[in-house]
Amino acid sequence: MHPDLLPVALANYVGLSSVIFVIGVAGVLLRRNPLIMLMSIELMWNAANLLFLAFARAWLNNAGHIFAFLVITVAAAEAAIGLAIVVVVFRTRTNVDVDEVAAMKG
Amino acid sequence: MTVAFWILAVLLVASAMFVITAEKPVHSVAGLLAHFFFLAVTYFMLSAEFLAVIQLIVYSGAILMLFVFVIALLSSGVAPFTLGPDRLPKMAAPATLIVAIMLAFVGYGISRAPAIVPVIHGVAAGPVGAAGVFGSVADFGYALFTANLLPFEITAFILMVAVVGVILLAGDHAPYVPTRRRARIVERDMREAIARAGEE
Repeated sequence: MHPDLLPVALANYVGLSSVIFVIGVAGVLLRRNPLIMLMSIELMWNAANLLFLAFARAWLNNAGHIFAFLVITVAAAEAAIGLAIVVVVFRTRTNVDVDEVAAMKG
Repeated sequence: MTVAFWILAVLLVASAMFVITAEKPVHSVAGLLAHFFFLAVTYFMLSAEFLAVIQLIVYSGAILMLFVFVIALLSSGVAPFTLGPDRLPKMAAPATLIVAIMLAFVGYGISRAPAIVPVIHGVAAGPVGAAGVFGSVADFGYALFTANLLPFEITAFILMVAVVGVILLAGDHAPYVPTRRRARIVERDMREAIARAGEE
């Protein structure tokens, strides 16, 4: 096998990444704790990143690395804003339950 | 390499499942920490050494710490972080459906995709960290600061907006809560201001 080729078939990485992404989707749908929902969103970010890096490795093109780096930065901003919203919501009520937070409902 | 991949795949999926099934948010954070660690190992396997280190520093070091701090903040001074029942009874069927549809799409796509013959642009083999080798810090930094400088600057701007937003949202600036005491203070201040204006 050529040393520059990806040792594990790319489809395996695609499958692994999509399974992790779907676990994140299930977490957002099934849990009502906003912290665990935010963590599930982090799982989804990282599944996408894994795919970027796998494709970058397959093509030996580091554009995927750049994009994964930008995704990590945006994910950090998202986590900070999301947690700030959780803290603000918690200040005005005693429990954290996304189903009871309907203030921004249209 | 293939064995390592499958071991990592099992560990990644197991830790992800633990994140979304754990009872307490702190346990979820621990599961997410393990998940990010295994993911960093996977990134090393993909010869993305800089991203693997960034994954550990930014995610495990910064973002998970933020989660732990928020959990600690929300749990202090009140009864332990208790929650109502999860949405499992109501949402189990739709969630299963959505998950099945998504996985079916992916499986169909993988099965129908043509065999990918990558066009190799760089060199994979080489001493770790050397310039010009795919995934090395030098290679990554060169790409980031030459061809991708504008996106890099834009992320800096996004981070600045996030910092300002967090300060506005959760900073010391308490939301205005009308109370009788505060209303009396405002009334007194207005009277004094009117009296001063009358004297002048």
